[in-house]
Amino acid sequence: MSGLVQLISADGQRLPAPDVETWVADIDDERLLALYEDMVVVRRIDTEATALQRQGELALWPPLLGQEAAQIGSGRALRDDDFVFASYRENAVAYCRGISVTDLVRVWRGTTQSGWNPFTYNMATPQVIIGAQTLHATGYALGIQNRGTDAVAVAYFGDGATSEGDVNEAMVFAASYKAPVVFFCQNNQWAISEPVRLQSRTSIVDRALGFGIPGIQVDGNDVLAVMAVTRLALDRARRGEGPTFIEAVTYRMGPHTTADDPTRYREPAELAEWQVKDPITRLATYLRARGVLTDESSMAVDNTADQVAAELRAGCLGLADPEPLSLFEHVYAAPHSRLAEQRDRYLSYLQMFEPAGATR
Amino acid sequence: MTTSTMTLSKAINAGLRRSMENDDTVILMGEDIGKLGGVYRITEGLQESFGPRRVMDTPLAESGILGTAIGLAYAGYRPVCEIQFDGFIYPAFDQIVSQVARMHSRTRGAVTVPLTIRVPFGGGIGSAEHHSDSPEAYFTHTSGLRVVSVSNPNDAYWVIQEAVASNDPVLFFEPKRRYHVKGEVELDEAELDEVRPPMGAAHVLVEGTDVTLVTYGGLVQVALDAARAASADGISIEVIDLRSLSPLDFETVTRSVQKTGRIVITHEAAESGGLGAEVAAGITERAFYFLQHAPVRVTGFDIPFPPAKLEKYHLPDLDRILDGVDRALDRRNSLSELG
Repeated sequence: MSGLVQLISADGQRLPAPDVETWVADIDDERLLALYEDMVVVRRIDTEATALQRQGELALWPPLLGQEAAQIGSGRALRDDDFVFASYRENAVAYCRGISVTDLVRVWRGTTQSGWNPFTYNMATPQVIIGAQTLHATGYALGIQNRGTDAVAVAYFGDGATSEGDVNEAMVFAASYKAPVVFFCQNNQWAISEPVRLQSRTSIVDRALGFGIPGIQVDGNDVLAVMAVTRLALDRARRGEGPTFIEAVTYRMGPHTTADDPTRYREPAELAEWQVKDPITRLATYLRARGVLTDESSMAVDNTADQVAAELRAGCLGLADPEPLSLFEHVYAAPHSRLAEQRDRYLSYLQMFEPAGATR
Repeated sequence: MTTSTMTLSKAINAGLRRSMENDDTVILMGEDIGKLGGVYRITEGLQESFGPRRVMDTPLAESGILGTAIGLAYAGYRPVCEIQFDGFIYPAFDQIVSQVARMHSRTRGAVTVPLTIRVPFGGGIGSAEHHSDSPEAYFTHTSGLRVVSVSNPNDAYWVIQEAVASNDPVLFFEPKRRYHVKGEVELDEAELDEVRPPMGAAHVLVEGTDVTLVTYGGLVQVALDAARAASADGISIEVIDLRSLSPLDFETVTRSVQKTGRIVITHEAAESGGLGAEVAAGITERAFYFLQHAPVRVTGFDIPFPPAKLEKYHLPDLDRILDGVDRALDRRNSLSELG
């Protein structure tokens, strides 16, 4: 498959794409409207979390503004028994996995290092070390292969990660063992302040070919096209045909995180150029033209988003600080003599501050 | 008693075989470990018995081996990764320190990473660069890992099985210079009793009254030789094989120092920030009033591992260990003439 796959153009026109049409033949107006709602909700989550950070309730937040279609389109293509290994920006994928909005912000409020139990949602703790999770996905895929099921492991990462050794090693392992893994790269054009041309002088998708992995480049702001190619890649893996690399071409419209200031390194004109390709606007245009999105249904979607935002705010503010002695929990699966000693010493220290007679 | 005489390398092989027979989630991964049986033949015959899915030849990428092993652990497997040589572990450092060691803690116990990372380590065999390192302290400094080293076939046979069965990640350091040394291995678990090495416990190999000599891995035999030589001079050395480097068994070492009042720690790794520093500090905290002399370290120098023709000067040998013992006893020694 060559060239950028697109099903809905930036101005909201449905385009023919015979190669991939069949993969989304079941996505009728009603289901497209549901995808639209997903994207509006996750953008609202993003706005609310950013506000919570500005108000001092979160230490940090990595916005996905602009990448809603890439994440919702792929996230909604997955089966429950597929397993996701993602980076820290895939909050919309996590939303698709059924992870609660409160769980999304635990890490960023600093109460834990993992917002959820990976096995409850078949999604690993979002990875902070760039690209490291692509190897975990590949290893998990080898496990699937051993067991002979048709589940798939999906690795999410960005354009910056493609320079990391781990991502390249993951592709070598996946290709050699024909592992059922999908490499889903969101090329959002920027790795903090570094443009994608610093990571690769070729198109990101072209790199896959060198590993013997078929690559697909898709308009990452087109939710329908993203869903189509993700389903195609998942199906290849399920049929034992090995890994596929997807480059979803998109744009990080916001900062890298709430601590970043993109005005220092990119031109306003570039942002304006991508705003025209906004993933939500184009689907809205398409759905309005079909009479599916009306003022009434639009308001209903916005109300849902506001409810989710309120839930997020309440959940965030309700998160309790962890107890000091929880420091020592789960460092090891079995007792560890030295750590037990340190815990006991610290407990005695803490007890010095307690009023006489009190017990812990 | 069901004992068998075998080399240390064969004992690890037999231990791995038994682990694989007992638990079909055990998977071996590494470079050249399949048909070749590993460059040191530790996995010889295992691919033949268990097939290429359970004894996997991997691409030449150490981070890739560790990273995919984590994914396999997520999928319910118990991978045993071979790092071909000590000096080749560094490309995998990030996956070990940032992922393997932290996954259980990160997920509040939801994910266990029951990995064993086998590392042939140490010098004394005249190798090329990057084939003689002692990188254990990098890993003893990392929370979430267990670190062990074995010095004889019986320990090798049993500790490797314990490492594989452990739900915590374990770095298993194999002293290359001891691979071909033979010893008795007790194969019947029921007969083991006292002999069985519980992972985490040090082992008093020779009892003594004058000085405690603490070591592990490749230098254990040198320490035993030193103790025998010293006894000819009427000096009684208690030799302790730490076996577990994280956690350290301070109970056993402290008990010994309370008796002898003097301690010498010897290892091949560099002095600064090494295991010797940790043992010395821990013993000073625990047995300060029993000590009649400051703890003495006899170690490799703070240099990159030297060329083969120089390693005999770098590695602690019998004479340097005895010089350290003399220092601990305030006998005439290499430092006597120094101000």
